[in-house]
Amino acid sequence: MTAPEAPRAAFDRVLLLVVPAAAFMLLLFIYPFLYGLALSFNPKEGGALANYAHFFTTDNLWPTIWTTLRLALPATLINVGLALPIAFKMRVKSPYQRWATTILVIPITLGTVLIAEGMLTYFGPKGWLAQFLQFFHLYEGSIRLTHNYWGVLISLVISGFPFAFLLILSYITGIDPVLARAASTLGADPRSQFRHIYLPLLAPGLAMCFCLAFVQAFSVFPSAVLLGSPAGPTRVISIAAYEAAFEQYDYSMASAIAMIMGFVQLVIVAAVLGARSLMYRGPVSAGKG
Amino acid sequence: MSASVANRGSRWLDRAWTGLLWGLMTLFLVNIGLMIAAVATNSFAKRWLGTWLPEGWTTSWYTSAWKEFQLDAILWVTVQVVFAVVFLALLIGVPAAYTLARRNFPGKRLLMLLFLLPLMVPPITYGIPLATVLYKAQLAGTIYGVILANLIPAAPFVILVMTPFIEQIDPNLESAARVFGAGTGRMFWHILVPLLGPGILAASLLVLVRTIALFELTFLTAGPDSQTLVVALYYAVFAAGVRAPQSVDAMAMVYMAVTLAWLLIALRFVNPTQLVSRVKEHPQPA
Repeated sequence: MTAPEAPRAAFDRVLLLVVPAAAFMLLLFIYPFLYGLALSFNPKEGGALANYAHFFTTDNLWPTIWTTLRLALPATLINVGLALPIAFKMRVKSPYQRWATTILVIPITLGTVLIAEGMLTYFGPKGWLAQFLQFFHLYEGSIRLTHNYWGVLISLVISGFPFAFLLILSYITGIDPVLARAASTLGADPRSQFRHIYLPLLAPGLAMCFCLAFVQAFSVFPSAVLLGSPAGPTRVISIAAYEAAFEQYDYSMASAIAMIMGFVQLVIVAAVLGARSLMYRGPVSAGKG
Repeated sequence: MSASVANRGSRWLDRAWTGLLWGLMTLFLVNIGLMIAAVATNSFAKRWLGTWLPEGWTTSWYTSAWKEFQLDAILWVTVQVVFAVVFLALLIGVPAAYTLARRNFPGKRLLMLLFLLPLMVPPITYGIPLATVLYKAQLAGTIYGVILANLIPAAPFVILVMTPFIEQIDPNLESAARVFGAGTGRMFWHILVPLLGPGILAASLLVLVRTIALFELTFLTAGPDSQTLVVALYYAVFAAGVRAPQSVDAMAMVYMAVTLAWLLIALRFVNPTQLVSRVKEHPQPA
């Protein structure tokens, strides 16, 4: 990993400092991944591809891909779609910005497990939200927002929106406001500034944000178990992988599912980044910034 | 004339749009606030079934949750895991960040990719192969396995936070120390560590908050004696039928208090957006 072709006498010992971290990552990230990949082609019984064949022919396995996509894609679109205009509104430094970012950090750090427990209490059939809606006769009938698809979707928005917002906000504040000011002296209102200045410059950031938000939503696990109905409509792919590993102790099958999961994520990420490359490429700062 | 009417129309639209955005944001935040308040209320409730407020108040759920879930043991494990992860992540992360910030060498981009990947791939995807390897090495189920697993996202995170921080320190200071005969080790301790203090503090607080909340990797690698608080909370919610919901909520409040306390400390030293990602801070022209 370190510079091998440097002349021996002048070997830069500073390069050695990177070795422990690199070795650690190779040993505990790359090696397990390769090991899992090899293991997935080495099933308990059958030929090399038996695990994959089993996955795509079993009725409670292959549909998990669609179940997961049906949750992850809408959640990502909602999160990024809402975060973009709100972050754009808050791009100017103000006390609001500081407050909003601080408050929005809380759901991220509380984590999905606590959000799930909170939602069970608050969104449940006897929770405050249901009581409020019935008290003001806004909605009659029973309110079912937990233990189904909607519960998981809401929890993905609660944990994912702040993430998308903070990420997009940091990208937007990274764009030199001089560009927008130049546009406004030429008579551009905020809306056309957004369309012609910010949006093209944000494209790489948005693509990155979409990918990160999607990958997070795609690997949903705790909320799908606690808030969804893990046997039915929210049986996501990570549940299938977990069951294979820790309930059937079939690590080979579990590795195969993990590999399929990684592959689907990779396909979506590659598609988004590929679409992004069709758009503007260039610096986001004016001149020397 | 028509121009001014159109202008007024678009201004009205602008205002409606701003109002809509603020409304959505407020709705989101109010619901999250109420959600946390509901958990808090329930944890102090004697009985709470379908009314606005519970019939009576009690703190006994906290003492019973403490005993029932053996929170003292779990908290101790959590403290051990979190501080070990922070210490080790700094130990291997800061030197690596130094090299990446100061030197150019072949394979640097590949190395950056190696450090970026664990942050891009979600824990559950690589956690399952990792858990398989750790079980084979007989490390899974022990606290060492949990620490190793949590280091995988933590060490790259330290590297990615610290690299731009080191880049902005003037290399002339190091050259000056070298001229006076300091070796790499002495230069590191006497020049870099004091200058890097704020960055190291920020990085370690960020790792700390993230490690407390990181669920998947601990869940996949922990055994019964090596559960951290968040995993214990998951099992408590998972087996909710067995226990009183108030008791689970009391535990959730303990978890929340721990996280929020550290979060508030962290927010004193770091910009909230750093919790999410590393994005280079661009200089803001005045």
